[in-house]
Amino acid sequence: MDPSPDQKLDMYRLMLLARRLDERAWVLHRQGKIAFHISGIGHEAAQVGAAFAIRRGSDWVTPYYRDLALMLALGMTPAEFLMGLMGKRDEPNSGGRQMPSHWSLRRANAVSHSAPVATQSVHAAGIGLAIKLRGDDKVVLTTIGEGSTSQGEWYEAVNWAAVHRLPVIFIVQNNQYAISVRAEKQMAVQSAADKACGLGLPGIMVDGTDVFAVHRAVKDAVDNARAGNGATVIETRMYRITPHSSDDDDRTYRSREEVEENKRRDPLLLARARLQEEGLLSESQYDEMDTQIKASIEEAVKQAEAAPYPAGEEALHPVYAEEVRHA
Amino acid sequence: MPTQVIMPQLGESVVEGTLTRWLKKEGEPVAELEDLLEVTTDKVASEIPSPASGILLQVLVEEGKTVLAHTILAWIGQPGEEIPAAPRPQPAGHAAPAALPSSSPAAAPAADLGFISPIVMRLAKEYAVDLTQVKGSGEKGRITKRDVMAYVEKRQPLAPVQAAWETPADGDLFRPTELVFAQPASAPVPAPAPVSVLPAQPAASAAPAVGDTLIPLSPVRRAIAEHMVLSKHTSPHVTTVMEADMSRVSAHREANKAAFAKEGVHLTFTAYFMAAIVAGLKAQPLANASWSADGILVHHAINLGMATDLGEGGLIVPVIRSAGDLSLLGLARAVNDLSSRARSKRLLPDETKGGTFTLTNHGTGGSLFATPIITQPQAGILGAGRIQKRAVVINDAIAIRPMVYLSFTFDHRILDGAAADHFLAKVAETLQNWV
Amino acid sequence: MPEMTLIEAIRQAQDEELARDPNVFITGEDVGVRGGVFRATMGLYDKYGPNRLIDSPLAEDSIVGVGIGAALYGMRPILEIQFADFIHPALNQIISEAAKMCYRSNGEWTVPLVIRAPYGGGIGGGLYHSQSVEALFAHVPGLKVVIPSTPYDAKGLLKAAVRDPNPIIFLEPKKGYRLIKGEVPEGEYVVPIGPARISRPGRDLSLFAYGMMHHYALQAAQKLESEGIDVEVVDLRTLYPVDKETILNSVRKTSRALIVHEDNLTGGYGAEIAAIIADEAFTDLDAPVRRLAGPDVPAVPFSHPMQDWFMVNPEKIAAAARKLAQW
Repeated sequence: MDPSPDQKLDMYRLMLLARRLDERAWVLHRQGKIAFHISGIGHEAAQVGAAFAIRRGSDWVTPYYRDLALMLALGMTPAEFLMGLMGKRDEPNSGGRQMPSHWSLRRANAVSHSAPVATQSVHAAGIGLAIKLRGDDKVVLTTIGEGSTSQGEWYEAVNWAAVHRLPVIFIVQNNQYAISVRAEKQMAVQSAADKACGLGLPGIMVDGTDVFAVHRAVKDAVDNARAGNGATVIETRMYRITPHSSDDDDRTYRSREEVEENKRRDPLLLARARLQEEGLLSESQYDEMDTQIKASIEEAVKQAEAAPYPAGEEALHPVYAEEVRHA
Repeated sequence: MPTQVIMPQLGESVVEGTLTRWLKKEGEPVAELEDLLEVTTDKVASEIPSPASGILLQVLVEEGKTVLAHTILAWIGQPGEEIPAAPRPQPAGHAAPAALPSSSPAAAPAADLGFISPIVMRLAKEYAVDLTQVKGSGEKGRITKRDVMAYVEKRQPLAPVQAAWETPADGDLFRPTELVFAQPASAPVPAPAPVSVLPAQPAASAAPAVGDTLIPLSPVRRAIAEHMVLSKHTSPHVTTVMEADMSRVSAHREANKAAFAKEGVHLTFTAYFMAAIVAGLKAQPLANASWSADGILVHHAINLGMATDLGEGGLIVPVIRSAGDLSLLGLARAVNDLSSRARSKRLLPDETKGGTFTLTNHGTGGSLFATPIITQPQAGILGAGRIQKRAVVINDAIAIRPMVYLSFTFDHRILDGAAADHFLAKVAETLQNWV
Repeated sequence: MPEMTLIEAIRQAQDEELARDPNVFITGEDVGVRGGVFRATMGLYDKYGPNRLIDSPLAEDSIVGVGIGAALYGMRPILEIQFADFIHPALNQIISEAAKMCYRSNGEWTVPLVIRAPYGGGIGGGLYHSQSVEALFAHVPGLKVVIPSTPYDAKGLLKAAVRDPNPIIFLEPKKGYRLIKGEVPEGEYVVPIGPARISRPGRDLSLFAYGMMHHYALQAAQKLESEGIDVEVVDLRTLYPVDKETILNSVRKTSRALIVHEDNLTGGYGAEIAAIIADEAFTDLDAPVRRLAGPDVPAVPFSHPMQDWFMVNPEKIAAAARKLAQW
């Protein structure tokens, strides 16, 4: 079923929020206020489209570091994200232990992940196995970049899901670069979706700049998984508009012309044009939305800057579950 | 107050940056987020937006210079605003090292005894043994620990005073509390009554006399009474008492009170007692146990109950979970939190459950030592008395020290006297040698 | 009390835990129909069915990764790695993921799971069926490393491990699987993870060992008794976190310490025990702290003369202890 007009506006609002927040993070970095940022600009359609295809808060997610829009769609607040950027005590991902954008949000069933890539794919297979063993009406969605599908762990995870018919949706966000290495040096096939066939799963390729197309494709896969028909691999293709991270200078490996050319396929432009065509978002409504989002981000920046840092000795805990102190 | 412009850290591993170009000159206005300067590093090149709106008051770093991240590059503020004085520059180079103290010549050994091991050295000191008198039996005639001890036993048939917990359990310390502390004329100990708690008709009830008042039993009073009777019926209680010198704890507390207060934590002696109990329980896990028909269940987690007096509201024992994993700060924080919430009746039901050991701080009322009753199904309860300055003998001199009696009531089914005193000695030692 | 072998005790522990908690399941290579190559799960497939005894694909990293996912969801997986020698592909999931999950999520996520692996040499297994891997894991905060040596402890410790809320590396001395017999009570009991056990009190020298070497140490102590050397033998049982108190108390009594393991010497687990003793019981020592361990070669060779030369045995332990007692 297609999203309702209200849902469509919600989807766009989240995409715009993710974009403005991401831009603000770059400014904070260039101002010397934060040490690191890894950007999701260009990925908003794929992430929001996928998030709206699951039962958020009930289904499970094992994300990867580029998933700002996905995490916002799952309920992370801008202030929580910003506290994470600053390493503040009460940021929900890790209490300041992990680098920014290493997500975890227990209340949304979004599982903590690490920096070695594709480790989270295997956890998704395990969560899928647990869902199946318990007979729960849930699915698990996991995301990854195309470069990381070169990892053996990704194949092992997809293989488990295929052999045991597990309710897992493997989303590959192919932004065509793994830092500086282009996708054709990661795989000899056209798309990560092609890899699924060899492992016995359906592989779907979808335009990752079209939020509604992604939503439809993921929704079909989720329905299939809920019906007990197992996993799907979906490649969403887009272009990474920013450098890999704040540590990267992409001028060393790609031309400005190439980046400018690809900015024309910005997922936000496409979604906004669609909503305008459907009469859901006028020029003035857009301006109002943008102003409101920017104001809310400034409010969140203030809140995050005022939030306390962890005490040094908090570094000692919690290594073991016995040390966890539930508030 | 003017705003600093700092060299950003443009990447995880990047420690410095080169200021390539100022986009504004000293005295020019600049708006917040407007590009102010260009910086390059070995990873990225970037325009740096201004952190504030105002006038570029002063430029501290010239174009072309490479400086460490977080170096102040310039100040932005309102015209005429005063720039804070720069911190004094660090003197260049390293200070010459202070002259090393001339080492005193090592005392030459009286005779060549061969290698003296650490334990032999220690025992010789403790027992005042002249090692030249001891015949060595080790490799190449080295004097071993066994040689020293054999010499000591031969020289003086009496063994040195052993720690209390190593002595056989036959003193008053190891008799049931009732026998030690009761009046001499007390009746013989009755056979244990069946565990029907609080019988409606007590065996000997006092007859009301004129002027007496009957206070009806509140649910809390009744619950406390039931638990106390049940506990006395369940565990054979024995109390053993030791004392500890609290000088080091007091000094530590004085030195750290302010720092803890900064963390919002009021540092009380209770936190130190808790920490000492944790050390004791780790040394003697049997004190962190429960009796069951199948055996003695030694608990892995250390969950410490703290008896908290609520005045007329009776007594409640909130529990610090996994106290064994908490630092002094963590313990102090938990003590603050639980006692304040206990007093304001905001404890969650689970917060009084699952204790594996209990502390009662009866000294706050002036009591010196006590025979507390065990919280079932735990193996013991430690009472901390009033900390009081007393004259004590140290190295044959009389000194004034803040002393505390530690009363440990334990379940004699689980612990024997020696084992109990092992625990208590560790608690006392932890307090006394606090570091 | 019935007498049983080490492997029977391990099987019984798993049987009882499967019966006790529906969240417990076992996966690994050949654990299902075959009942495990060492028969540790023999009969359990017939009793509990394919949803509790799951034959995994032949890929150790995802056995652990899938276990982690299931544990995050609330299951209590027991993961069998067929030989400890095959655990290395799974180091990524064990060290980067399982061990760090609680810490990196500030306690929001915990990973209760048990990884069982038969380890150790002297069984003609050559380089890849004989390794001792405990030192690798005893270096990793977040894990607990347990090695039982007796059937009684194997059952009690394995049951404790299954109930522990943390990831446990449970290494089983496979040479002892059928060689070591002991009394095991019927039914419910657990042996807590953490405390070491003094299996033979003595006065002259402390011998620290675990696994098969603990039995050899007892044999050596027996032999030395007839020579008038009174050896205390300590079975460490839990290697991490280590029971310092028992180790130090023993050394304070005997003033001499010998640590024995079959793993090679350099950087081995014995170095840690030696360091603890040197650090915290220095003034109780009457002799140097000694280690007896396998030689610093990559692994145990296959051919019997070379294997026998490699292995630590009761005679080598007795010789080393005798020399130390006479120091």
